[in-house]
Amino acid sequence: MFEYTMEEVGNIVVMQGFSGLSLFSVLLLMALGLAIIFGQMGVINMAHGEFMAVGAYTTVMMSKLAVAYDIVNSYFVFAIIAAFILAFWIGYGVEFLLIRHLYKRPLDTLLATWGLSLVMQQIFRSAFGAKEVSAELPEWLLGSFQPTEGIDIPINGVFVMALALVVTVGVYLYMFRSRAGLRVRATVQNRVMAGAVGINTKQVDRLTFALGCGIAGVAGAAFTTIASTGPTTGSLYIVDSFMVVVFGGAASLMGTIASAFGIAQAQSILQFFMTSSMGKVATLMTIVVILMLKPEGLFASKVRK
Amino acid sequence: MKALSEKLLGSKDSAIGLAVLALLLFVVFPSALDLFRLNLLGKYVTYAFVAVSLVLLWGNGGILSLGQGIFFGLGGYCMAMFLKLEASDPESTKIQSTPGIPDFMDWNQLTALPWFWEPFKSLPLTLILVLLVPVLLAYIIGAAMFKRRVGGVYFSIITQAIALILSILIVGQQGYTGGVNGITDLKTMLGWDIRTDSAKYILYYVNAGLLIVCILLSRYVMSSKFGMLLLAMRDKEERVRFSGYDVAGFKIFIFCFAAMLSAVGGAMFTLQVGFMSPSFVGIVPSIEMVIFAAVGGRMSLIGAVYGTLLVNYGKTVFSETYPELWLFLMGGLFIAVVMFFPDGLAGVYDKYAKKFNISGLICKLFKKPAAHAHDVAEEQA
Repeated sequence: MFEYTMEEVGNIVVMQGFSGLSLFSVLLLMALGLAIIFGQMGVINMAHGEFMAVGAYTTVMMSKLAVAYDIVNSYFVFAIIAAFILAFWIGYGVEFLLIRHLYKRPLDTLLATWGLSLVMQQIFRSAFGAKEVSAELPEWLLGSFQPTEGIDIPINGVFVMALALVVTVGVYLYMFRSRAGLRVRATVQNRVMAGAVGINTKQVDRLTFALGCGIAGVAGAAFTTIASTGPTTGSLYIVDSFMVVVFGGAASLMGTIASAFGIAQAQSILQFFMTSSMGKVATLMTIVVILMLKPEGLFASKVRK
Repeated sequence: MKALSEKLLGSKDSAIGLAVLALLLFVVFPSALDLFRLNLLGKYVTYAFVAVSLVLLWGNGGILSLGQGIFFGLGGYCMAMFLKLEASDPESTKIQSTPGIPDFMDWNQLTALPWFWEPFKSLPLTLILVLLVPVLLAYIIGAAMFKRRVGGVYFSIITQAIALILSILIVGQQGYTGGVNGITDLKTMLGWDIRTDSAKYILYYVNAGLLIVCILLSRYVMSSKFGMLLLAMRDKEERVRFSGYDVAGFKIFIFCFAAMLSAVGGAMFTLQVGFMSPSFVGIVPSIEMVIFAAVGGRMSLIGAVYGTLLVNYGKTVFSETYPELWLFLMGGLFIAVVMFFPDGLAGVYDKYAKKFNISGLICKLFKKPAAHAHDVAEEQA
C-alpha cells in the first residue's frame, strides 16, 4: 500500500469505489429479488442465481437478434423487459410446481431449489454451450468519461447503477404504495387474517415469488453489460446475495441497500490492496463475525417473534 | 451389559440391519470387487461418515448444516499435512532451494515451515488434531450461533458462507496449503507405504470398521436421553427450553459431535485416496453430502450409508458415460427426494416391508424412523 502517493491512493479508492458501485448494483438487484422472496415469504431460493442467468442469456439472445436486424443501439431496453418477463414466468411456474408444496418445510425448499439450480445450469450448458458468451453492447454503453486526470469511470457502470436505482424505487413503490404491495405485506403479517378479509394468499405468494425471479432477470440483463455470462455465472453470486439479505436484516429494504453497498465496496476496495481471494475472504469473514454477534442483521424490523 | 448392547445396537431389527451392512462391507464387497473398485468404494464410505453425522444433526436435531465439508476437509487436511511432511524429508527434497519443506511451499518461495505445520510432525499429535481442530471450530460456530438462538435457514446460510470462506482461503493461500491442487504426493505413514495393494486393503478394512464404530456411537447418542431431547428440540424447541433444558448446549454438543464424525471420514479419505484438495471443502461437496443423507433417509443411520453408496455409484456410472445427464439426474434427485420421499430409501423400505408384511421373515434393513420428517419443518416455520 505504501508505494503509492496520497493522490494515487485517492484515485485508486475512487476508481475501485466506482467498480464497487457496479458490483453493488448487480448485488442489489439480486438481493432485492431474494429479499422479497426470503424476507417476505421465508423461502430460500438457491436457484436465484440461475434466474439471473436466465435474464443474462435472454439479453445475449436479444443482442444477437439486434445485430441481425441492425438495431443494436436501441434493443437494450427491450432486452431488459424481456429478461424480466421470461424470468417472471419461469418463476411463476416454479412456484406452482415446486415451491408451494414446501412452504412449511423451509430447509427442504433449500434443497429442492438447489436441485433446480443444478438442472437449470445443465440446461444452460446444453443450450448455450459451456463457454461464456457476451452480449453485443450498444455504442452508448461503451467507453468511459474522465472527470479529472487519473480517474476513469466506465459508462456501463453508471448505466447499471441507474437501472438498479430505478428498480429499487419501483420495488419500493410496489411494496409500500400499491394495493398489490399491501396485500403482500398483509399476507406476511397474518396469513389467516389476510385470507379472511378476502385476499387470495396463494395468488399473492405466487406473484411475489415470480416478481422476485423477474427482478433477478433484470439483474441478469444488467450483468451482461459488465461481464460475460456462463452456465455457472449465477452460482458465483448466490452466496454473496444471501449474505447481503441476511446482513441487511431480512424484510428491510433500507437494510438490503445498505448492506449491498457495504459488501460490494469492502470487497472491491480490499481486493485492490490485498489479493482478490483474500479481499473476498476478509469481507465474508467480517460479515459472518458480525452476524454471529448480531444475528438479526443491521436493520432488523422491530417485531417480536 | 445388556442395556449397553441394546443402546448400541438398538432394536432387534436395527441390529440385524447393522449386521447386514457389516457383512456387505467386510465380506461381500471385498470378495466381489477388484482392488480399484474397492478403493473407490472406500472413498464413498468416507463420505458416509458425513452422511451419518447429518442424520444426527439434521434428521434428528433439525439443524441443517451446509458446511459439513468444512469438517470433512479439516480432518482430511490435518492428516494430509502429516503425510506430506513425512514425504518431504530433506533427503527426497534435496533438489529444492529449501530442502525439508513440502514442494509447493518451495515453489511459492517459502523458506521455512509455517508455525501451524509444526505439530503435524508427530503422528499422535496429528491424530489428536484431526479430531480437535474441527471440533474446536464447530464449537466456536455453534456457541456463537446457538447461544443467540440462530437456527433454521439462517444457520444453513451462514455455515454455507463459512464453507465458501474456507475453500477460497485454501485456494488463495497456495504457499501454506497447496492451493487449488491441494496436498498431493502422499507416500508413507511412519514408513509404511500407503500406496501398496496390501495397504489399500488394510485401510479399507480400518475405514469400514471405523464407520461401524461411528454408527454404534451415533446410535448410542440417539438412544440415550439426549437423543430424545434432540428429537424434542427439533419438534418443539420452546417447550424443551421452558422445561429447563439448556437447548443451546445440546445443539453445540451435537454439532461438535457431527463435526468429529465428518473429520474422521476426511482423515480416512486422505489415507485411502492419497491426496486432499479444496474441492472437498466448499459449497458443492457440502450440499452433496446432504443429499446422500436425504436419499438414504434423514432419520436412518444405516440408510444414510446406503444412500451415500448409491448416489456415488450413480455419479461414477453416469459421469463416466453421460456427463450431461448426471447433473439433470442429481438435480432431479434433490427435487424428487424432498417432494416425494422425505424419508428416503429407509422410508420406502419401511413402507414396502409393511405392505407385504415381510418384516417378520426378513429383517428390516433400515431402522424405522422415529418420527416423520415433515414435523421438522413445522417447528421451523
